[in-house]
Amino acid sequence: MNVSDPILELENISLSFGAVHALADVSFSIYPGEVLAIIGPNGAGKTTMLNVINGVYHPSEGKINYKGQARARMRPHQTAVQGIARTFQNVALFKGMNTVDNIMTGRNLKMNTNILLQALYWGPAQREEAVHREAVEKVIDFLEIEAVRKTVVGRLPFGLQKRVELGRALAAEPEILLLDEPMAGMNLEEKEDMCRFVLDVNEEFGTTIVLIEHDMSVVMDISDRVVVLDYGRKISEGTPDEVRGDQRVIDAYLGVAH
Amino acid sequence: MSNNQADTVPRCLFDNAEKIGGAPAFGEKYLGIWQTYSWHDTAAEVRALACGLAALGLERGDMVAIIGDNRPHLYWVFFASQSLGAVPVPMYQNGVAAEFEYVLNHAAVRFAVVEDQEQTDKLLEIKDQCPSLERIIYHNPRGMRSYEQSFVHSYADIQAKGREYDVQHPDYFEHELAVGKADDVVGIFYTSGTTGTPKGVQLTSKNLLSSARDFNGQEGLNERDRQVNYAPMAWIGDHLFMCSSLSAGSCTNCPESPETLLVDVKEIGPTMFFAAPAIWEGLLTTITIRMEDASRLKRWLFQYFLAVARRVGVDLLDRRSVGLANRLRYWLGELVIYGPLKNNLGLTHTRLAVTGGAPLGEDTFTFYRSIGINLKQLYAQTECSAYATLHRNGDARQDTVGPPCANCEIKIAEGGEILVKSPGNFAGYFKNPEATREAMTDDGWLRTGDAGIMTDDGHLKLVDRVKDVGALNDGTLFAPQYIENKLKFFPNIREAVAHGNERDHVTVFINIDLEAVGNFAERIGLGYSGYTDLSQREEVYDLIRQNIEEVNQDLSRDSSLSSSQIQRFLILHKELDADDGELTRTRKIRRSTIADRYGELIEALYSDKQDIAVEASVTLEDGRRNTINANLRIQNVATVAVGES
Repeated sequence: MNVSDPILELENISLSFGAVHALADVSFSIYPGEVLAIIGPNGAGKTTMLNVINGVYHPSEGKINYKGQARARMRPHQTAVQGIARTFQNVALFKGMNTVDNIMTGRNLKMNTNILLQALYWGPAQREEAVHREAVEKVIDFLEIEAVRKTVVGRLPFGLQKRVELGRALAAEPEILLLDEPMAGMNLEEKEDMCRFVLDVNEEFGTTIVLIEHDMSVVMDISDRVVVLDYGRKISEGTPDEVRGDQRVIDAYLGVAH
Repeated sequence: MSNNQADTVPRCLFDNAEKIGGAPAFGEKYLGIWQTYSWHDTAAEVRALACGLAALGLERGDMVAIIGDNRPHLYWVFFASQSLGAVPVPMYQNGVAAEFEYVLNHAAVRFAVVEDQEQTDKLLEIKDQCPSLERIIYHNPRGMRSYEQSFVHSYADIQAKGREYDVQHPDYFEHELAVGKADDVVGIFYTSGTTGTPKGVQLTSKNLLSSARDFNGQEGLNERDRQVNYAPMAWIGDHLFMCSSLSAGSCTNCPESPETLLVDVKEIGPTMFFAAPAIWEGLLTTITIRMEDASRLKRWLFQYFLAVARRVGVDLLDRRSVGLANRLRYWLGELVIYGPLKNNLGLTHTRLAVTGGAPLGEDTFTFYRSIGINLKQLYAQTECSAYATLHRNGDARQDTVGPPCANCEIKIAEGGEILVKSPGNFAGYFKNPEATREAMTDDGWLRTGDAGIMTDDGHLKLVDRVKDVGALNDGTLFAPQYIENKLKFFPNIREAVAHGNERDHVTVFINIDLEAVGNFAERIGLGYSGYTDLSQREEVYDLIRQNIEEVNQDLSRDSSLSSSQIQRFLILHKELDADDGELTRTRKIRRSTIADRYGELIEALYSDKQDIAVEASVTLEDGRRNTINANLRIQNVATVAVGES
């Protein structure tokens, strides 16, 4: 595969829920190693787009190519096996478990032993646990959350929960990381930290990042390219500067009569 | 005790490598697991680093800045530089770029070894203003991938170069190590100072090692001891403990991150633990808060046995007789409360706990001693290598800082200033002979600037800074720090600033402790948006007023201080912060800065206003500024007439 070839291509994707056209004829490509932001007003179809990419929804029309191959209808865990991980808009962690255990769940797909051996914590399961725990510790070190390693995540402040969730996604060692509003509900300092982590992930591991974000200063700062959706349609695509100057984008955000 | 008698700091290290090479020297957590470096490993790492620095052009007499959290790799920079005759200049890692700039230029630093990207960025920001700075070496490669400047190097690369250099120049290192003399300066410690610009205190191997050896001698430290070093490396106290570990052969453990200190202490179980008063007080606050949330039975047990401990614990620790019944009660308490509590704190094996740098509240001090933790106070200054007085075992009390240490003489000058003469006394301020002359008397005593008295049994008792002690208008003594320390004992009060010099009465600024007061707010169901909001709540004022009234009760008992009772107070809308220059990096109050900045608030305290509007600016760590608007309440406090209580 050529470096400049897209890692994921979305061709004429449409998706309807009854009479609601959540996505209509949307096409764009995701290139390896880039930070791509999907922006748009509320209800524009951003989260739906993410759900299509990781297999939660199946487009009613259109085609998805992953690494040059047409992707069959697949379930979310199959896309995860292929190397797509994500975080959620409203943190979806196991609130009663601690940070280490939550991040460990991100390693699940990489484990070979069966549940019985794991429950008995015997033989290969023991060795495997050590290997995966090391991977988890690397993530903890990377995200600087040593101090909350053993803290039950339900008791952590929201900003840290978001970081743990990012940790779980990273633990899966994804090729594409989908982030649904990673900075939502954060204060300025937490946002700056999160931006740095997103950029570090991109730089250190070469992970391709697709993120949805409302904070325009964040989007303009950290993304290489931006795709703008409005009412389920793609209205613009390009570098942050190109998008910022696009009249259709300005209209969508400021509102014009339809 | 290891019989390490080497006469320079770096030779001490290589002596250990030879004699107790396999014993642990440094510990650090990596990926969640404690890793140990033996003295042998350490010597090899230091040698590689030293040769690498030499290959890069470091020469005898050059200055090497060290900036970062406590890490074995950064401690090694001290030894590597010293081995070559270069001088380490540690700097406070949370300092802002402008603070670095002064020291870098004053000391003409050529090389800076820093922990990570954050510190590298701070240096790059001021590099153009620091013409002497040639090389920046970072230890943690995280985020450093795209730094292409030719003068930025990774620590690992320098060590790799050093190993090659060592092979090509096999005699180089030994020669340099052997050239060093006991009277060479092996460190310049810039003191933040509560006034004026920082001064660089030059210390020699002789200074540091004599302090360290006297300390080890008194406490009997040896290669089986272990400590957790968390205090900033730029602070002389931390360096004393480093040198103590070097000459005793004990193991220095570095916390994983500043936030994990308490967990790390629990895992290491140090035998020697130094912590600043703020840590001991914070720990007690946490214990108190957690006990408030515990079940009724546990709360009762805790209260009961704490009362037992308060009655007899200290006597037991000091080996005084308390009677069989009390001994039995205490033993039971050890079984159900003190033992588990110490275990939970990681202090079960701690035979020496030290505090210093600022006074510790009486109740806090007594609490730890009563449950069997041998907490003692140390008093010293950077200028006398951090070692002047220390409590002896069995003879520790809160209101003194102990008798003078071995080889150290102390006398009180007229006017109450404490003077020190010890082998640790420094080799002068760097490039500042005038200040050096001012700091020393003609016959070689160090002027500490602290006011104190010697008790009849030979303990030193601190009063305040000489320059801060003043008088109220009625002529009675006003010692602000004394009052502030009494206030700061309350878990709800994080910081206090007392006013009263040349005034009719005493008033104070209060900083609340967000954790303790936040917990209080939660219990009474009080919602708040943040620090500023919480600080101005009626309920919080009531809470703080009760604390202040207790302090007044206390002050009224002492005839010379009863007119220092606090009449009015206000709670500040923001925390006093070193980034704003209101505190020093070691959290001491800068009175003149506060008087300038909050002059209006002080005047309001001495008027009959009930509130005052403020707009204040705060400096963020990266140097940007932000403003806060608030309306501060001012409240009166009940005082006690003398003889009433």
